[in-house]
Amino acid sequence: MPSIEPAHPSWLLSVVSIFRKDWQSELRTRYAISALAMFVITTISVILFSLGSEGAPPAALSGMLWVVIFFAAMSGLSRTFVAEEERGTAMTLQLMASPSAVLLGKLLFNLVLVMALNSVTVVLYGALISGFVIRTYSIFLVTIALGSVGLAAASTIIAAIIARANTKGTLYPVLSFPILLPLLLTVINATRLASEGALFEEAYGEFQVLISYIAVVIATSYMLFDYVWKD
Amino acid sequence: MVLKLFLGIWICAVIVLGLSLPMVAQPQHWYELPIVPGLEDKARIVFFHVPTAWLSVIAFVSSMIYGIRYLRGRQPEDDIKSASAAGLGFLFCVLATATGAIWAKVSWGTYWNWDPRQTSIFVLLLIYGAYFALRSSIEVEEKRAALAAVYSIIAAVTMPFFMFIMPRILASLHPEPILNVQGKIQMNTTMLLVFLSSLAGFTGLYYWMWNLHVRAQGVELHRIQS
Repeated sequence: MPSIEPAHPSWLLSVVSIFRKDWQSELRTRYAISALAMFVITTISVILFSLGSEGAPPAALSGMLWVVIFFAAMSGLSRTFVAEEERGTAMTLQLMASPSAVLLGKLLFNLVLVMALNSVTVVLYGALISGFVIRTYSIFLVTIALGSVGLAAASTIIAAIIARANTKGTLYPVLSFPILLPLLLTVINATRLASEGALFEEAYGEFQVLISYIAVVIATSYMLFDYVWKD
Repeated sequence: MVLKLFLGIWICAVIVLGLSLPMVAQPQHWYELPIVPGLEDKARIVFFHVPTAWLSVIAFVSSMIYGIRYLRGRQPEDDIKSASAAGLGFLFCVLATATGAIWAKVSWGTYWNWDPRQTSIFVLLLIYGAYFALRSSIEVEEKRAALAAVYSIIAAVTMPFFMFIMPRILASLHPEPILNVQGKIQMNTTMLLVFLSSLAGFTGLYYWMWNLHVRAQGVELHRIQS
């Protein structure tokens, strides 16, 4: 059984320092940030070119927003764990910090990355794609926030799994898609509601699904991470 | 040997009975099956399609349970059991998808229309596919077994969300498998008996195939070790 550490000051400190370590090495190379940004720009321009002068129904556009976010996330979020394996620093990290601190630190890093990615994507998507109109901003903002947390939670544990495999790049979306599909279907539905101008109360069901999804995925990741991380 | 023979006869009997018993509007005799309005002879698929769908879920759950057992005990045998169950589950999942699609063509006019049932079996297919893609890309046995087990657990805890999500998005045209919405059994005794025998026969077939595969893999494991 995984050992459950108390919220000891040193445990919290190692969570924060793992987050800061990843953040600093990210700022040094800007690998994930530039890959994500270019991915978003490329995908949105492909959508723009393929739509041409013709619009698309709002339901299709709110779905496509999440297609952009999903594939952009798949191109950058595995970095935190894959980089440790490639640099050969995974061993050191295993010795230095408890598994749960590693998981939480990496989860925080991915969460910040997804939040940044989503804000950029939403602004660009809204500005460039004229047919995409949001009528209920409260639903949209809560959906983006909960969707980001869920996306970060599921993709962090899958990233930890694929970091140990041989074909990392192609395996990542393959493994993540079935896990993320409940989340994607729910956020697409909620975004459609927001673009149709539904009342905030009408999206309660979606929010309940999202919150329970986040809770289930984070709890499962926490319990299983020991088996993924330790050799 | 006796059990194998018995299983063969049992399955043959189920197939013959399921296909040959007459379907009438008002069953008078024990050998007559009731007509399901709108389905008629197409309803006979229930004897073969539902067991395959049932087994693809049972295999998935048992693969996960053996995965948990592997994580707790680290016995290579548990990983073999888990992987064998997943392999058979994939086979039955393909069969359920194919038979379902053929039936959908006959009764809905299209092979595929993203009915909630079709979507969930499709997701199950994707999970099986991802599971084997993961297994084939890890060379170290212990690591492969542990990561595959972890993945099947994560997949299993996120699957139930579809039960809440799908009805919010799409309405289903799929007939209720055994019980209808009111909780009443639509089948008469004979039909239910043939259906349950088929379920039992297919489950026995699954167990036999699984056991065979596990033993063959176990022999392989001992040969490598010695």
